[in-house]
Amino acid sequence: MTETLRITNLHVSVEGKPILHGVNLKMTRGETHALMGPNGSGKSTLGMAIMGHPKYEVTQGAITLNDANILEMAPNERARAGLFMAFQRPVAIPGVKMADFLRHATTNVRNPERKEGEDLIPMREFRKELRSRMEQLSIDPEFARRYVNDGFSGGEMKRAEILQLAMLQPKFAILDETDSGLDADAVRLASLSIADIGGADMGLLIITHHDKLLEHNHPDYTHVMLGGRIVETGNGVELAKELHDHGYDRIRGAYPDAAANHEAMEKPNQTEIAS
Amino acid sequence: MATDLNASKTTAAVGDADTAAVGEINKYGFHTETKAIFKARKGVDAEIVNQISDMKDEPEWMRKFRLDALKIFESKPMPKWGGSIDIDFQDIYYYLKPTEEQGKTWDDVPQEIKDTFEKLGIPEAEKKFLAGVKAQFESEVVYGSLKEELGEQGVIFTDTDTAVREHSDLLREYFATIIPPHDNKFAALNSAVWSGGSFIYIPKGVKVDFPLQAYFRINAENMGQFERTLIIVDEGAEIHYVEGCTAPMYTTESLHSAVVEVICKRNSRCRYTTIQNWANNIYNLVTKRAVAYQDAFMDWVDGNLGSRLTMKYPAVYLMEPGARGEILSIAFASGGQHQDAGAKIVHCAPNTTGQIISKSISKNGGRASYRGLVRVENGAKGAKSSVVCDALILDAESQSDTYPYIEVAEQDVTIGHEASVSRIGEEQLFYLTSRGLSEAEASTLIVNGFIEPLVKELPMEYAVEMNRLIQLQMEGSVG
Ligand SMILES: Nc1ncnc2c1ncn2[C@@H]1O[C@H](COP(=O)(O)OP(=O)(O)O)[C@@H](O)[C@H]1O
Ligand SMILES: [Mg+2]
Repeated sequence: MTETLRITNLHVSVEGKPILHGVNLKMTRGETHALMGPNGSGKSTLGMAIMGHPKYEVTQGAITLNDANILEMAPNERARAGLFMAFQRPVAIPGVKMADFLRHATTNVRNPERKEGEDLIPMREFRKELRSRMEQLSIDPEFARRYVNDGFSGGEMKRAEILQLAMLQPKFAILDETDSGLDADAVRLASLSIADIGGADMGLLIITHHDKLLEHNHPDYTHVMLGGRIVETGNGVELAKELHDHGYDRIRGAYPDAAANHEAMEKPNQTEIAS
Repeated sequence: MATDLNASKTTAAVGDADTAAVGEINKYGFHTETKAIFKARKGVDAEIVNQISDMKDEPEWMRKFRLDALKIFESKPMPKWGGSIDIDFQDIYYYLKPTEEQGKTWDDVPQEIKDTFEKLGIPEAEKKFLAGVKAQFESEVVYGSLKEELGEQGVIFTDTDTAVREHSDLLREYFATIIPPHDNKFAALNSAVWSGGSFIYIPKGVKVDFPLQAYFRINAENMGQFERTLIIVDEGAEIHYVEGCTAPMYTTESLHSAVVEVICKRNSRCRYTTIQNWANNIYNLVTKRAVAYQDAFMDWVDGNLGSRLTMKYPAVYLMEPGARGEILSIAFASGGQHQDAGAKIVHCAPNTTGQIISKSISKNGGRASYRGLVRVENGAKGAKSSVVCDALILDAESQSDTYPYIEVAEQDVTIGHEASVSRIGEEQLFYLTSRGLSEAEASTLIVNGFIEPLVKELPMEYAVEMNRLIQLQMEGSVG
């Protein structure tokens, strides 16, 4: 059975402000899609809406995974249904050890029916698996004892997200600028890691400004977002390279309405937005 | 005195408590039938105090001490700060003696008391520290034997009543010198009616390398607990004392008012760890104070869960140069609970160091207050003190407030103060739930993470218990 994540005419508002204006996107498991577009065009918002962040309100449209209506599900149900997002800016959770958090997460995602208080994956078994995953990703074993994202460097944070991707093995994963803030070697490592942990078997939506992360994960399609809409979809590798090399000027010129929309969104009265 | 002790001996004095408790027992569900031998009538007055003193067959000085304290108690007004206290002091039992003899060996301990320990989840610790465990059951220590090696080293670890009889010179030298009866109304009350608690003396240079433990609980309706603990750590000695508390739930008011005094002599080290989980109806009004002499290090690790109102501010007085005091306090206030907890560090000498870390969590309409004092006396040059208080509020109904007092009578000092209040982070919750954790699971992890600095200081079995208690609190099945 082909598994499909389908986004139809999606409108999303944040704090009452419309951000996405009718996004359509269909992904099949096993495909890789790149999502590009200037900062503030709504890429992260799309991911957040797919994962069900309470601040991102879907005002219109649909998201389905196979036949299931994702919008009716709480974030943890979405995760258990096989959705994952590597966040652009993962939040720190002081005092909570990576290993404890991941043991809960892994148990739940593997046993979607698990009720609270039911057994977790046995400690030994889990540790062994975690250790071998960390080895595969060249992550220091000490990492498991550190607190989730607490005091992590930019690179460590991104690697922690990839580690979670590896442990949870979702059906569909959104990787939101998993390459930002990394040096060239680190991006190459990230790209290899994603391929290595079975990215090819997932549906990947890779949000990026570059083509380096795509080096080992060739996109079947590349989408360009501007002003809260996907304005262009093209051949994955070529379009990604074009945008990487030449930026978004052509896109802005070709889609003046979306560009105007983008300009309007770019002038928020709040200055402290954490997007 | 007037009461015929033999007459009350046969009445199963706790029977009323048994029926009152049915149905409303907390998750720990321990309420074993106890056969109290003697239970004084309700209320506190000279007659009751004399009766207690008679029962204990105390020396005259202690009787006088109690009666003087009673006068102070009667003359002192209720504290005007802290939480609201609604106690009818005449509607409380002040003394209850559960068995005639102290258990000499574990075999001598009555089965029903063992059952209670079982329900308390003590056995793990019990097995390990069987010989060192002191358990206050009702008002007296019913079981206590001392590790032989400790005895050989000259360590004294006994209940305070026994110490009055058997170590009276030593006890009398220090008793009530750190917290005199006139210190506050509840210290005065405790001084008048105290019973039980631990007396510990660690001789010079002796380092006790495992935690000494005591378990206290309340198990009779309207039964106050007024234990009195005195710890003397002689020069260069070290000790870690741990007390843990869980209590069943009752429908009428109950009062716990302990006094704990610690003396840390030159170069000594003492840590005093408390995890208390009181039933929802209990007033927990405790005075804890330590003095630390030259280069000594005293720290309080204090975890407060449950109770209707807790007022507790462990203190360290840094008496001589180089003394160090730390207080790590954590409070969890759920619905109907007010935790007014904090700490007090007083720098009385130069180059002394103090640290206060306070963490509070409030949930379901609970209220957590931090009340703390750092005082630097004139002449305490080079004193360093830092205060960090973090409050975590889990929902809109709950409340947190801070009352940090800093009094400095000296120029050359370093004092830091940081406070943060956070609502449980929507972003943190989302992060965890987006990885498949249920919302409750996620909050529990976040809260456990928040108190991790405390938990990692606890002995293993307490850490486990603490996490379990937090989980129960989070599930709403306790308190
Ligand atoms: N959490 C948020 N709070 C307020 N505004 C937000 C939030 N997330 C996104 N936005 C707004 O939505 C728009 C799109 O942001 P985002 O989705 O982060 O863009 P991109 O990921 O493409 O850079 C921006 O104008 C941004 O300010
Ligand atoms: Mg973004």
